[in-house]
Amino acid sequence: MGKKPNIVELEEVVVKFAGDSGDGMQLTGSQFSDTSAFIGNDLSTFPDYPSEIRAPQGTIAGVSGFQVHIGHKNVSTPGDLADVLIAMNPAALRTNMKWVKPEATIIIDIDNFDDKNFKKAGYADDPLNDGSLEGFNVIQAPITELTRATTSELGLDSKTADKTKNQFVAGILFFLFNRDISIGEKFLKDKFKSKPELVKANIAVLQAGFNYAETIEAFSTTFLVNPSKNKKGLFRNISGNQATAWGLLAASEKADIGIFLGSYPITPATEILQELAKMKHLNALTFQAEDEIAGICSAIGASFTGRLAVTTTSGPGLALKGEAIGLAVITELPLVIVNVQRGGPSTGLPTKTEQSDLMQALYGRNGESPCIVIAASSPANCFDYAYKAAKLALEHMSPVILLTDGYLANGSELWHIPEVKNMEEIHTNKVEDNHADYYPYVRNEETLARLWAVPGQEGMRHRVGGLEKADITGEVSHDPMNHQVMVNKRQAKVDRVVNYIPEQEIIGEKEADLLVIGWGGTFGALFTAVTELQDEGLSISLAQFNYINPLPKNTEEVLKNFKTRVVCELNMGQFVNYLRSKFPNYDYKQYNKVQGLPFMISELKLKFRELLENK
Amino acid sequence: MSENSVSITAADFKVDGSVKWCAGCGSFSVLATIKNTLPLIGVKKENIVFVSGIGCSSRFPYYLNTYGFHSLHGRATAIASGVKVANPDLSVWVVTGDGDSMAIGGNHFIHIVRRNIDVNILLFNNKIYGLTKGQYSPTTPIGSVTKTSPDGTIESPFSPGELVMGAQGTFFARVVDTDPKMMKEVFVEAANHKGTAVVEALQNCVIFANQIHNEITGPDVKHDHQIYLKHGEPMIFGKNREKGLILKSNKFEVVTIGENGITEADIAVHDAHDPMHSNHHMLARMGLPEFPVALGVIRAIKQPVYETMLYEQVAMKKASAKIKSVDELMRSGNTFMINGE
Repeated sequence: MGKKPNIVELEEVVVKFAGDSGDGMQLTGSQFSDTSAFIGNDLSTFPDYPSEIRAPQGTIAGVSGFQVHIGHKNVSTPGDLADVLIAMNPAALRTNMKWVKPEATIIIDIDNFDDKNFKKAGYADDPLNDGSLEGFNVIQAPITELTRATTSELGLDSKTADKTKNQFVAGILFFLFNRDISIGEKFLKDKFKSKPELVKANIAVLQAGFNYAETIEAFSTTFLVNPSKNKKGLFRNISGNQATAWGLLAASEKADIGIFLGSYPITPATEILQELAKMKHLNALTFQAEDEIAGICSAIGASFTGRLAVTTTSGPGLALKGEAIGLAVITELPLVIVNVQRGGPSTGLPTKTEQSDLMQALYGRNGESPCIVIAASSPANCFDYAYKAAKLALEHMSPVILLTDGYLANGSELWHIPEVKNMEEIHTNKVEDNHADYYPYVRNEETLARLWAVPGQEGMRHRVGGLEKADITGEVSHDPMNHQVMVNKRQAKVDRVVNYIPEQEIIGEKEADLLVIGWGGTFGALFTAVTELQDEGLSISLAQFNYINPLPKNTEEVLKNFKTRVVCELNMGQFVNYLRSKFPNYDYKQYNKVQGLPFMISELKLKFRELLENK
Repeated sequence: MSENSVSITAADFKVDGSVKWCAGCGSFSVLATIKNTLPLIGVKKENIVFVSGIGCSSRFPYYLNTYGFHSLHGRATAIASGVKVANPDLSVWVVTGDGDSMAIGGNHFIHIVRRNIDVNILLFNNKIYGLTKGQYSPTTPIGSVTKTSPDGTIESPFSPGELVMGAQGTFFARVVDTDPKMMKEVFVEAANHKGTAVVEALQNCVIFANQIHNEITGPDVKHDHQIYLKHGEPMIFGKNREKGLILKSNKFEVVTIGENGITEADIAVHDAHDPMHSNHHMLARMGLPEFPVALGVIRAIKQPVYETMLYEQVAMKKASAKIKSVDELMRSGNTFMINGE
């Protein structure tokens, strides 16, 4: 046994797991996250996997990653750079070297560091000897060899035995972070509950990793991240896609209307369909359609019958759904369209994030075709905005486009579990049978939402459709003035939603030198960058928009009192141009990035400092 | 049939306002027949939904007092799938044309048939694009001169029945717009069928493809050029019921009763319930001049219905699931009590 190392208490740590897509890095990452949450750390995670399912072993294309940011303090992003990198092979090392902090701890599986793998990773020489790792604390662990030694007597085939080597890594981390190994064991018992032989092997390897780390004395220092100082209550770790699915379920329960999800699998939105497919007992029906168009059309059909109708997709799918969204606009049926944005155009970067579809959501249809558009801004608040999307659709009889993105969808964070009874009420526009004077376009005077009579109701038979309809009666009408009236009413109905959404908040002073403006999924990075600069005493504030159409009532008030405004987006300037069209009297600077990657806090701070210096 | 059917008549389905099809259009007789059929199917009038796509025939829902949805070009079957799956108590009908369901909506058409969702599809086949004024459709006979094929079409046409069989369809029938009695009989059978029922209505476009089906429907030729199939009955046709079909080496052949020693007992009996579709396929494909055109219910087999199986799964899941509410769901699995400072 080695001597007890020093324990250093840290406010936050970023750990990156990287290996071949078959190395179990996602599993180890989730295990590390769950353990962190169990001991009360705040956390944020982000998986980074290739779009290929199993690219050739050992190659750059096959590297799968999982980043976890844990904190005693609040954390809002998965972190820019890693304090600890686990690299299971040379390709994983090469891919991730630019994402580690100076002096980071790098744990490698030395058994995979051979000429063959150097070549596959594109290294000319052994990176362990070429000086590129100078200054880092490199732990060369014989992970494969010791895993095989540990499992040799358990009667597993060698392929299965090798799959447990991620637990060797986990064991090292349990030691490195001074954690109780029994938490990791419990995770494995739950994970493999139907396969006792796998539980046994994985636990043996986990312990072997822990013992190895304790013995080798390579870790002169270990770390302790204490429980979160600000969080209190019942939490769980949740991804954006899961939160979206659950938010819809909560709305369905609240409104007492079963969900109908018509959808077609598409990265990175598919998990919402998969999650709701498991929820038949909570009155969710899922229909895996033959294409994106049938996905939304089946949902529109279900909406016509009185269901909470949803369709889920990503950029190219939203393009295919455009015509049908127009049908939902003109028939004024409630419909939630969840668009999990990814890099575009065309197939683009399916597994990478981008704020690609704001313009498409706002304007991507023929004719005057206004929709409510909202955006979630963290993995956990996908729950709130999915709930809100359903509420707005049902209460205002309109399609609602909810924008999330690949970063929110696959990322996860701690979520304070709410209670359905405390959530906002949802009042639908359903009417009783034989309602006197019912016509399809009789409206609620406040919201302008039309009444929602559904098939099966006595005395309410009516026809809807994509041809322009006469005001009130809903007869087909080609009358020029009627078209103007109906266009105006559909627009006014969406405009009036402004009375049912919160005002825009400003994080920081309402009057300052620089207003940082963002929308949707960039919140974590923008918030961290802005608040860190505020802590330094800089005159900077943040307005992160979740309500895009309509914009909150006080938007102009928010924009007004700043010397400089900068709109930061993971696109070439879609929101800034929207703001320019709505509030042309203000000057907007831009900070744009389209690399399939989220903003780094460091690059944002650099940009904001520069703007503050040149104000 | 429920007692409800006694109390409703064709008049219940009449809407105010004019029907805006061209005078002489075949759609009028289909509409009139549907109004006469709906009181016979044992469904409350509030539980009937007509969904259509785009095209002349797709204006149908506006002319019928049921719940109606005039949707998008090609998408009626997708929307109807959502309607029926969301509420299986409804009697759901799709009205579509040869352009709507065979061209732009071809994908949705084969998939609703494959899933066997209990929807009745009335496919108005006039073999032309009428609403856009006379371009060829996927069912236009090869060589036809239309506005977009001035030198004749060079495309092989679809036969809707063959598509239905290819997509593992459970019900296919064909009718002509000139025979309301046949239409009514077949529509009732389609309504009673559990699963997707496709009825191809050979319909005349008086403007752009007038008399396209005349060789089948003309008063002089119809007895010799049509065969009205009925399950369990010998396949006999002709003005004096003197002709019939026999099966020889797995192929149908037209014979004359009384010639070459053929008697009525030799005529093949129509088995619409045969799960194999080879005979149904041949019947659907038969055409002039060698064969009469097969009408009536060509295929009607029992197969599990999509929404029935879905709701069985729902019931089983509800019975077995420990989680009964969203609050319970959110608290299931790994949760963590955190006690911040």
